[in-house]
Amino acid sequence: MTTLTDPPKESFRLSMLLNDSRYRSITIQIVALIGFLTLIGWLLNNTAQNLADLGKEPSFRFLTQPAGYDINQMLIEYTNQDSNLRAAFVGLLNTLIVAIMGCIAATVVGVIVGVLRLSNNWILARLMTVYVEIFRNVPVLLWIVFTMAILIETLPAPRDFRGDTPEASMLLGDTVALTNRGFYIPEPLFSRSLGDVSLFGQSPLRFDVSLDLIAIMATLLAGVLLAGLFAKRADRIQAATGVRPRTWHWRFGVIVLPTAALLAGLGLHFGYPELRGFNFQGGTYMRNSLIALWLALSLYTAAFVAEIVRAGILAISKGQTEAAAALGLRPRRIMSLVVLPQALRVIVPPLISQYLNLTKNSSLAIAVGYMDITGTLMGITLNQTGRELETVLMTMLIYLVISLVISGAMNVYNNSVKLQER
Amino acid sequence: MKRTVILGALMAAGFSAGAASAATLDDVKARGKLNCGVATGVPGFASPDASGEWQGFDVSVCRAVAAATLGDPMAVEFVPTTGKTRFTALASGEIDMLARNTTWTFSRDVDLKFDFIGVNYYDGQGYMVPKELGVSSAKELDGATICIQTGTTTELNLADYFRVNGMSYEPVPIETNAEAQQQYLAGACDVYTTDASGLAATRATFEDPTAHVILPEIISKEPLGPLVRHGDNDWADIVRWSLNALIAAEEYGVTSANIDELLKGTDNPEINRLLGTEGNLGEMLGLDAEWAVRAIKANGNYGEIFARHIGEDTPIGLARGLNAQYRDGGILYAPPFR
Repeated sequence: MTTLTDPPKESFRLSMLLNDSRYRSITIQIVALIGFLTLIGWLLNNTAQNLADLGKEPSFRFLTQPAGYDINQMLIEYTNQDSNLRAAFVGLLNTLIVAIMGCIAATVVGVIVGVLRLSNNWILARLMTVYVEIFRNVPVLLWIVFTMAILIETLPAPRDFRGDTPEASMLLGDTVALTNRGFYIPEPLFSRSLGDVSLFGQSPLRFDVSLDLIAIMATLLAGVLLAGLFAKRADRIQAATGVRPRTWHWRFGVIVLPTAALLAGLGLHFGYPELRGFNFQGGTYMRNSLIALWLALSLYTAAFVAEIVRAGILAISKGQTEAAAALGLRPRRIMSLVVLPQALRVIVPPLISQYLNLTKNSSLAIAVGYMDITGTLMGITLNQTGRELETVLMTMLIYLVISLVISGAMNVYNNSVKLQER
Repeated sequence: MKRTVILGALMAAGFSAGAASAATLDDVKARGKLNCGVATGVPGFASPDASGEWQGFDVSVCRAVAAATLGDPMAVEFVPTTGKTRFTALASGEIDMLARNTTWTFSRDVDLKFDFIGVNYYDGQGYMVPKELGVSSAKELDGATICIQTGTTTELNLADYFRVNGMSYEPVPIETNAEAQQQYLAGACDVYTTDASGLAATRATFEDPTAHVILPEIISKEPLGPLVRHGDNDWADIVRWSLNALIAAEEYGVTSANIDELLKGTDNPEINRLLGTEGNLGEMLGLDAEWAVRAIKANGNYGEIFARHIGEDTPIGLARGLNAQYRDGGILYAPPFR
């Protein structure tokens, strides 16, 4: 007969930290942690020591000193007598604008290309394959420089527009000028403007917000929400009676009419570019550095987005499509009502990474002389003040924050489209 | 691209404990090569020739220092640097000295912790415009689009000049001289501004140099000179006096042609001390007696170097002007060798 007895109670001995599998993993983790912290501490200490030896103790005082240089593309008012911090802020806004424009364009192009790549039209599908393979297999820096070179070398210089028989002429009834310095397009002006509201007083982060823009956005938003109510009502009636009432003219009306009325009330007119002096004056000036960077970044990222979209669509089982077809839905409706909503769950998470990539790739802007945060804070300011450590750390922190905000916002969106489990 | 350079330099600063304070001369000798930072390519000042060998006015300074310290003018590793990367490269110890059209300014000398060891070219910032624009003075440049190399003093001078004169302009920041040239020639900018010597050098490479004019206004003082890190005064002395030896050699009439003759002894004690046949100047520097002889033999004296690379007989065609010896109306003035 065997008897089960409790194992003898051992008192804790130091050697058990290594020999006893219950404690060993903890021991290893603690040792690894100590080693890691020591390495970090050694690196920090070493850097501080070396900087002290060079006589360059970390200091952020340079941020309040006048920057002394000019920036061409400014979304906010800035002169070369403003502080380095203000210059960095101008650069940050430039980074954000190209990142936002890029993400939107990359998504639109990427979704279209991704869907078309699955098209039954052989030529169309192959063309899209060629596009994807060309763009995603060449480094984005080359695309940026290449796009810039094309803009500079193929478009006419402003001086070619001059004279009695100019070599180049403006487009669309003399309202748009495409030059090798950038595109001059008509700018919206308001004769009865509501004015601007200034935020943050006199601080380096001050900026003006146009009340006109806010009013227009608010009207548009209200119109869209109202249109949503019409659609909901149509849904209800359809659910009850099986007949969907025609509402598109109502929805169109509530979005367009109030906005049009507001624009007329504000006295909307356009300012057109015209050649004066060395350059075109008036109108909105999109520099070719912005255009090159924007085009190259969005076309490059769109190739990846297209693959993600294609993968997402292919991940939806064929049975879904066939079932929808059996119910009598047309192919376009199958895509928009059945396939895409489900595919979004697969698409959104990798799409976040692509947005982050695009934003970070925008730091290549200096290759075409676009003054983003890398070009201002980590470029000219670093150079003129010699504060490498401080500026690089600040720039890293800023990119980190931008990336976290983007991925946070996209995660919220992802939660709203993911499978609702009950 | 630039980011990795800077980050790499930061890492280097983090890892190499005390690299900055070690004796640079010992490092150079142990390595057997002088790491010298130069421009990425400015004709006449620093650019590789057809056989890939670096040539130019600034390059010659590197070669003279290498000859004085290592005995071989070819023992130089040239590190091309842009306006943005040059100071980081020097501060991190990647290069031993920088000879790259760098303007000697207060903040670079004091705040960036460098030692400018002298001036090898007195320059000033100028403007170049295509002749067809019909501009004859910088005062007519209101509203112009101006190509400018980013990370240089020219950027600040330009901002000051237009602010003081109440004019507006559109800066187009550019990384290298070659890109600036491309944009300027395509008409993407009306004006190219940099040091007048650089403008002349750039214009010399154009298909039709006569179609471009350099405006008469010189808007700044740009004393260009080689520099080293703070903290190693012995090394700074070696670089400083290697440059001074080239300037003094021209003043005393020592050329690469007659130097062997003069080495046999002259009745001018200044020349004898310079060439090491009298006194022990080389020993004071921690070098041998013939250090200056080798420095001068490498490329000739200052005047020979100037004439060969950027002088009036070259495509660049710069006159000596301010850069003549003080006896000839210039301001080149080497302190006495004694």
